[in-house]
Amino acid sequence: MQKVTASQLIDRAAALLADGTVRAVLGWKKGEFDYDITPAVFESEEELKASFVFNDFCGANVSKYLVRHTKKIDGKILVFLKPCDTYSFNQLLTEHRFDREKVYAVAIPCQGMADIDRVKAISGDGIVAIDCGETIRVTTLYSEAPVSVNLADVLEERCANCKSKKHVAYDELIGEEGEVLDSARFDEVARLEAMTPDERFAFWQNELSRCIRCNACRDVCPACTCEKCVFDNPQSGVENKAPANEFEEKMFHIIRAFHVAGRCTDCGECSRVCPQNIPLHLLNRKFIKDMNECYGEYQAGAEVGTLAPLVDYTLDDPEATDVLTRRDCDA
Amino acid sequence: MRKCALEKMNDVFAAIASAKTLYLPVDGTDGNAVYTKWEDGVEWSEQLNTVRSPKDFFFPQTEDLMAFKTEGKSIEIIDIRKEAEDFVIFGVRACDVRSFDILDRVFLSEPVDSFYASRREHGIIVSLACSRPSETCFCGTFGIDATAPAGDVTAWKTADAVYFEANTDKGETLLNEIEALTEETSDEAVRVQQEKTKTILAKLPLAGLKTDAFGGGKTKEFFDHPAWEELSQTCLGCGTCTFVCPTCQCYDIKEFNTGSGVVRYRCWDSCMYSEFTRMAHGNNRLTQKERFRQRFMHKLVYYPENNDGLFSCVGCGRCLSKCPISMNIVKVMKTIGGNAE
Amino acid sequence: MQVNNEFKPLIVAFCCNWCSYAGADLAGNNRLNYPAEVKIIRVPCSCRVNPMFILRAFQRGADGVILCGCHPGDCHYTSGNYYTRRRMAMLFSMLDYLGIERDRTRVEWVSAAEGAKFAATMNDFVEKVTALGPNKRLEDLRCKK
Repeated sequence: MQKVTASQLIDRAAALLADGTVRAVLGWKKGEFDYDITPAVFESEEELKASFVFNDFCGANVSKYLVRHTKKIDGKILVFLKPCDTYSFNQLLTEHRFDREKVYAVAIPCQGMADIDRVKAISGDGIVAIDCGETIRVTTLYSEAPVSVNLADVLEERCANCKSKKHVAYDELIGEEGEVLDSARFDEVARLEAMTPDERFAFWQNELSRCIRCNACRDVCPACTCEKCVFDNPQSGVENKAPANEFEEKMFHIIRAFHVAGRCTDCGECSRVCPQNIPLHLLNRKFIKDMNECYGEYQAGAEVGTLAPLVDYTLDDPEATDVLTRRDCDA
Repeated sequence: MRKCALEKMNDVFAAIASAKTLYLPVDGTDGNAVYTKWEDGVEWSEQLNTVRSPKDFFFPQTEDLMAFKTEGKSIEIIDIRKEAEDFVIFGVRACDVRSFDILDRVFLSEPVDSFYASRREHGIIVSLACSRPSETCFCGTFGIDATAPAGDVTAWKTADAVYFEANTDKGETLLNEIEALTEETSDEAVRVQQEKTKTILAKLPLAGLKTDAFGGGKTKEFFDHPAWEELSQTCLGCGTCTFVCPTCQCYDIKEFNTGSGVVRYRCWDSCMYSEFTRMAHGNNRLTQKERFRQRFMHKLVYYPENNDGLFSCVGCGRCLSKCPISMNIVKVMKTIGGNAE
Repeated sequence: MQVNNEFKPLIVAFCCNWCSYAGADLAGNNRLNYPAEVKIIRVPCSCRVNPMFILRAFQRGADGVILCGCHPGDCHYTSGNYYTRRRMAMLFSMLDYLGIERDRTRVEWVSAAEGAKFAATMNDFVEKVTALGPNKRLEDLRCKK
């Protein structure tokens, strides 16, 4: 599959700005180095040419910004969506979070995004330049020659287990369409399920104890669009700005994952942004896996307007006990 | 200057830990380095720095201040303060050492924060000079010399040895305690390393970043700068930058009803949060733009205004590598300070 | 603090107003015994129970939490308990995933006519939780005296 280039996207966006189809463009902006990309809104061709970027580090899912920016801009906003972003886009539409009429969605293919920590594990620290061509070439302060890195070796976890290269929503597609993939994304959940309760407890205790409650997982999540989060509301009785102890760490993460259960498209942003590298996607995927197994396959965001498993029921759903013990006989 | 062979460092750690609690950066299961209590078998991390800064030792994320117990109409106030014991933080980088000066000016000026003061008194800082800075480092911008950090003791790590020099009485005492494990030596090896590191520091991508445009008295100049809108337009409003920052010192005081009493505690707060400094009339910073502006104005204008021109950023680069959207103080300084050197 | 050699668990039972709450009443009228450690919280429908309630009960010192509602098909509001069934199945599965003991949580359908079932359920649940001992994995130390 051919990689789309930033200049292709800039040209198309500039044309749509010029003919008045859109008033602004939601995409990614260059940073100080070649990997610190910031989601940004561009309003002119000059801005696009000056700083729009699309490379192997544009992991940020910009669909959630539509909630804020469609309200700010008079007219249509162009948004670039990678395949997994289109699922979030649909889910937001299902929940009526923005006006579809105000968006011009341009789908772009994605070969998976690179995780800078994994790049640094190979190239070393002190990066001065990264050239994202066929291979990623990293120039550092400490190596004589640029280090070549294969994208496949440094993919973000969510991309290594990509669920779909197919775009489920767009007005226009640039590049080639892909397929829904048969991913191994539930393998890690299954590995945890196979552990003893003590082992699982120890695993999560270690992971969640690192939480600093920066709320980045919540704030980046396209399914977390409440105007006022229960954890920010002093009237809720559970508001807390810091986890005072292990209980509060667990409560926050259980409730966060539960609140998006059935609505989470598994875009993986939560784990990407966690400064403490907590594998938060393993909580979300547990819910997805359980719901798939108990209530039938369901992919949030695959279509607009579907009922999520937790706001639906059938007369013969399994009982809680049956759900808990369903695998016991396998052993 | 004292010297200890690298392979004998474990004995040094054991000696320090026999008398005091010793914390040093250790690689966690997630790959990030984290300050961990030294015990036999714990290995000193090779990484440049930790994700959580060492400010946690003096200003922990949550801290109980006092408890109340009511019986009938009487209310009892319980002092639940735990007297701190001496502890050693080993391997603090130059940037983080400077952060303690910044926190001191907040917590040790009148009225003195006795919780913080007690921890400061009991803490002994062994700093560690840098030899392989990252592209995200810009401590030089704030006049910090990464090759000669402050602290009670300064340490330099070379390929085969660790060199120590005491800077304070506390540091002198600590070095005396490990005297048998170290030997007196010249500073030649350290000087060679410092020179080498300085050439790298000069080549860092952010080496040219200047603070000239900022400082006290610049509120009017920057407050209504049009760029705040653009800089903050995709800010998520999370607290990552504040919580990994070694100099952010805002906190909230809250109460928790335990069912049988009340605990009053404080916890870190973030100016990025919608509930920050919320008052009876509501919040005074209604949009993310205002919250975002507050954070950077505080670091670059308000703090220096009240603290003899000292900026409350140390250039550690944590926010550069951890911000979910890669927006950070460097981008802010370059954009509104107009120094895109 | 009292020194108790024998561990007596604290159980929170969320009971639907239209069935199990009346079932508890019937158990009392029929002089059926069930442990006094069971503290009943009446809710208008089992569906009223937010997952946060369950966690908060554990935080505040519960050693086990049981949720009782109308039998599927008998919900006073037609379908509330069907939602409860899915919701609690998923929540309890998540707690299990985090290593919390399975026997600390339960959902049981008890009608207003089932006083005997209510008492039997509570006796059985208390026995299971007693066997597990105090809740350590979802406790908030600040709430312990």
